[in-house]
Amino acid sequence: MLDLLQWTALTPNVAIMLMGIGGLLAAAGLVIRLRSKQIEAHDRRELRDRLRTWWVILIALTVSLASGKTASLIFFAFISFLALKEYVSIIPTRRADRRTLLLAYLAIPIQYYWIADGWYDVFTIFIPVYMLLLLSARLVTIGQTDGFLKSVGTLHFGMMVTIYALSHAAYFLVLPPSINPLGEGPGFILYLVFLTSLNDVAQFVWGKTFGKRQLSPQVSPNKTWEGLVGGTITTVGAAALLAPFLTPHSLPVALGAGVLIAIGGVFGDLTVSAIKRDLNVKDTGSTLPGHGGILDRLDSLLFTAPLYFHYVSYLYT
Amino acid sequence: MLKLLFHALIVRPVVLIVLGLNVRHKARLPETGPAIIAANHNSHLDTLVLMSLFPLTTLPKLRPVAAADYFMRNKLMAWFSTSVLGIIPLNRHKSGSRKEDLLADCYKALEDGDIIIVFPEGSRGEPEKMTALKCGIAHLSKKFPDVPVVPVFLHGLGKALPKGEIHLVPLLCDVFVGTALFWQSSKSKFMDALSQSFENLSHDHPLPAWT
Repeated sequence: MLDLLQWTALTPNVAIMLMGIGGLLAAAGLVIRLRSKQIEAHDRRELRDRLRTWWVILIALTVSLASGKTASLIFFAFISFLALKEYVSIIPTRRADRRTLLLAYLAIPIQYYWIADGWYDVFTIFIPVYMLLLLSARLVTIGQTDGFLKSVGTLHFGMMVTIYALSHAAYFLVLPPSINPLGEGPGFILYLVFLTSLNDVAQFVWGKTFGKRQLSPQVSPNKTWEGLVGGTITTVGAAALLAPFLTPHSLPVALGAGVLIAIGGVFGDLTVSAIKRDLNVKDTGSTLPGHGGILDRLDSLLFTAPLYFHYVSYLYT
Repeated sequence: MLKLLFHALIVRPVVLIVLGLNVRHKARLPETGPAIIAANHNSHLDTLVLMSLFPLTTLPKLRPVAAADYFMRNKLMAWFSTSVLGIIPLNRHKSGSRKEDLLADCYKALEDGDIIIVFPEGSRGEPEKMTALKCGIAHLSKKFPDVPVVPVFLHGLGKALPKGEIHLVPLLCDVFVGTALFWQSSKSKFMDALSQSFENLSHDHPLPAWT
């Protein structure tokens, strides 16, 4: 088994963690099957769809992380592409914006190229500064001033969340492996992605079970203070338990990471909910059965990725 | 064979990955022919998207009805249209001849059990705006009253590739499949029902503004 690992870019601990998550999904599938009589047909189908999508995500993540840096960067760039496409499909656009949209797509390979190149300075300003200038300049040359600000603003916001924020998760791949001998880049990514997903599920389950007081009734009626507290405790606990296995974090650092991911995740979730309410759509798409669109699934990661990345890079580099 | 390769290797990857579809009520699509799919028309992509809604095994039976003046305008185009796309050419502007003759190839296809794809608006026109429906489809339905006419409303393809543009912008496309209609006693009644069906499908779901 360990002999096989040398053909992949995974450390033994990361490989074991990935198998552990597979075990967790298998257990969840078994519970759904055993209790299928108590669950309504509609809910059962949705649970099955959702679980199947989790399997697809796990397998895609495993295959790309195992295939090395380049494959993983291509994988993240592809996720950014799907997310940006979903975003620009639900925002109001003008015919004049078509060329600018192409420019926004073009920024994806460029942003991920900076990562491959390890050029942090440019990685960190390319979209916030230079894409803002470029988008504005391109729209000026097209010349339609009616709706100009709305157009630059909405598109730049979309690029910031779907490309810039997400690309921080990918930047872990080019941090020096020596700062995390147990898991290397993939260890940090798995820690981040697993805790962010666990936090989503834990917030939901705690809220569903004990939720009374609404957290943000105007944005998302399902979010409650009980869910937030229970979810945060769960996430912080898991962060402490997994840290010695996947990361170089000491206990206090792990607790801090857990809080950051739990709170950041909720705000990411609420932000995508607010966007959907503003645009009057229920889901951002239907790419992921049981979850909705790519953005519905990524929402919390869009906030936790830069937060956790800067936390790690401040402490270890 | 060419048609299958073209769809499996080029059309489906483009439609599913570069564009991406949000299909609602896919189960309303006919599994076998004869059937008529009637869709609104905004872009050259419309036909390819509609053909991608069906399994590849149905492909040989799928026949888009397309304007002869455009798709048969030269030899190369005519070869591509008939051998690779599998279109039924329709003479849009031929005056003087009777409807019967114009639609003869469509009748033949329906008799053979094909699923034909028609765009009753007649032309792509302004992107994302529907125009009045032409009544050729009523003639088809009258002649084949038992063949279902399934209305499909497409949104977003006029943004991705509108008439007159060559750059394809990746955008998700919404596909709303309606319930099957059948011939109803008169041409005007049938056309009203079809227009109403498109109208309902377009209001089924909030769609982002496009100006």
